This record gives sequence, C-alpha cells and structure tokens, in this order.
Amino acid sequence: MNQIKNFTKGFIKENPVFALFLGLCPTLGVTTSAINGIAMGLATTFVLLMSNIVVSLIKNFIPDKVRIPSFIVIIASFVTIVQLTMQAYVPSLFDALGLFIPLIVVNCVVLGRAEAFASKNSLWSSAVDGTGMGLGFTFALGLLGAVREILGSGSIFNYKFIEGDGMLIFILSPGAFLALGYLIVIVNKLGKKGS
Amino acid sequence: MEYIIIIIAAIFVNNIVLSKFLGICPFIGVSGKVETSLGMAGAVMFVMTIATLVTYLIQTYVLDALGIGFMQTITFILVIASLVQLVEIILKKVSPSLYAALGIFLPLITTNCAVLGVAILAVQQDMNLMQSVVFAIANSIGFGLALVLFAGLREHMDLADIPKSFRGVPIAFVVAGLLAMAFMGFAGIV
Repeated sequence: MNQIKNFTKGFIKENPVFALFLGLCPTLGVTTSAINGIAMGLATTFVLLMSNIVVSLIKNFIPDKVRIPSFIVIIASFVTIVQLTMQAYVPSLFDALGLFIPLIVVNCVVLGRAEAFASKNSLWSSAVDGTGMGLGFTFALGLLGAVREILGSGSIFNYKFIEGDGMLIFILSPGAFLALGYLIVIVNKLGKKGS
Repeated sequence: MEYIIIIIAAIFVNNIVLSKFLGICPFIGVSGKVETSLGMAGAVMFVMTIATLVTYLIQTYVLDALGIGFMQTITFILVIASLVQLVEIILKKVSPSLYAALGIFLPLITTNCAVLGVAILAVQQDMNLMQSVVFAIANSIGFGLALVLFAGLREHMDLADIPKSFRGVPIAFVVAGLLAMAFMGFAGIV
C-alpha cells in the first residue's frame, strides 16, 4: 500500500472527526482553545500510534474471541502512561483537559483503528496509519479550537487581538455544537472539490 | 435535599450530553427515532447505575485500600466491559423480551464514554455510595432526556427542506447546539 496515501488519508478524506464522526466527545469537550485542542490531539496520537504498533505486533497471538478486550487493555495501559506523564510534567494542561484524558480509552478512533487496520496490517503500515489518523484528529481539534477561541474570546493561541470578551456563546457548550456543525459542512465541501 | 440537588443538577444544569459532552456518539448515532432512543436510554440507565455501583466499591475497597489508584482507568474500563457482557448474558436468560428490546444497544454501551465518565466523576467528587448511585441514575435520566428530545426533533427534521450540504450529521450538530442553548436556561438554578 502506498504509504504516503496511507498517511495523508486521515487529514481530509478519512478524517476521524469531519468524515467518520468518531471521537466526538473530546472533540466537543476540550476545544475551548486551540492549545487545548492540539494537546488533546497529540495525547490521542501517542496512544493511537503505540496501540497500533503493539496490536499489529501481537495480532497473531491473540485468539479471535478475546480480541476486543485485549485491545482495550493495551489502549488503557498507554492512556494511563499519558495520564501520569501529563500530571507530572504539565499539570495545568492536565487540569484543563480533565476527565477527557482517561476517556481516551473509550475514544472510538483508537479502538476503531486497532480493530479495522492494525489487526490486519504490518507493523510499518500500522504505525504510519496511527500517526496519520492521530495527526488528522489533532488537525480537526486544533481547527475547531482555533475557531472557537477566535470567536469566543477574541484571541488565538492565547494572543489577544481584540479588547474585552468575544462572543461568549462559542466558549460555552452550544457554541461547540454549532461550530462543529458548520466546520463539517465547510471541510466536506472543500474536500469534495479537491478530490 | 442533598439528593434532590444532585438530581436536578445532573439532569438539567450539567446535562451529561449537552453540557459535559459525554455520550455524543450514541446521541448523534442512535437518535433517529424516538423508539430506538428510548431503548438506548433504558440500556444506558441499567448499565450506568450498576457500573457506578461496582466501580465505587472497587475504588474504595480495592484500589484505595491497596494504594494503586493509578490503575483506575484500566480497571474501570475492564469492569464496564465485562459488566456489559454479563448483563447481556443474564438478560438473555432471565428476560428474553427485555433482551430483545435492549439487545442491540448493549454492546454499544462499552464504548459509550458517558458510562466511564460518570463512574470516574463520582469518584473524583468524593461521593459516598448512596450519592454515587443517585448521581448515576440522575445522569442516565439526563442522557435519556437529551436523547429522546433530540430524536423527536430529528423526526421532524426528516420532513424539512434542508440545504444539501447540511443534510445528515451537520444539521444534527446545529440543532444540538440550539438544544444546548435551551438547556443553558437552567444554569444557576442550583
């Protein structure tokens, strides 16, 4: 399989958020600012990459019947690693992302890739797929975070370019749904033109 | 009184779907019809209450007692996954009619982040056993309420003339945003 295609498919064509609608809970929950979105995306990318690697390495040893529980244990171990590392080195980010860090375990993107791709493909392909999908997810979260931060607090990456508050609704929960709905339309429209 | 506050806060003020963003996948995925969303809400209520009860006991008597709190994520998800299996097997044997009604929704619940989320939240907020159970029940009612309301809206949306690019998921998000805005009206009552 063409590795470059394998890598780039996660960005627009098979983007977990915009095209497949997976992993929506963290997508909506943490994207109050661009930084939070990107941090969450990178944490997920790490888990996705590592679990894809391990799953593809041991795919021949796992009996088919206990496949899903085994994947969940592998994923949960890496999530715990991320959780403890973030708590130790970036406590402020850990607090901002809060509940959604342990919830990477139930992020359908991670389990979905383990089941649909890593359990059938070679180590190298799985690693590329994990990284591509993870970065696609990061891209989606960063984009949504940036839109909400610009509209909601009038700043980008904590750099403030207007006086006072923005449209607060975009930082609050309704804004998350609205911004994502419109972003999906825009991205799908652009994606169709491109291909 | 304390329980009433927990219940009102979980159902309306901090609605699990519309304000905490947990369980979005079934919210968007299974909410096409009012009937199916009632089935899903029932299954979630069942699993969430039992899961929170069991994870509370495990947290208190195993993880805290042994000082291995870092195993929380991995233990909880395994407990929930096996619990879902167990519930499925028992239900099949004891009440085939209920199993037929909830059947297809049960496996989906393992990856419903609302269940794990509520279990972790109950532990994080230092609730006692009774509070945790009430919290879980109230949250599952909140989940059901959001799901059923949204399904009702979506049934009407099928008949509406929606721009082509917005059909399907995007319009669902826009409507969910409006619903969340309505729920913001409850902010501050507790």
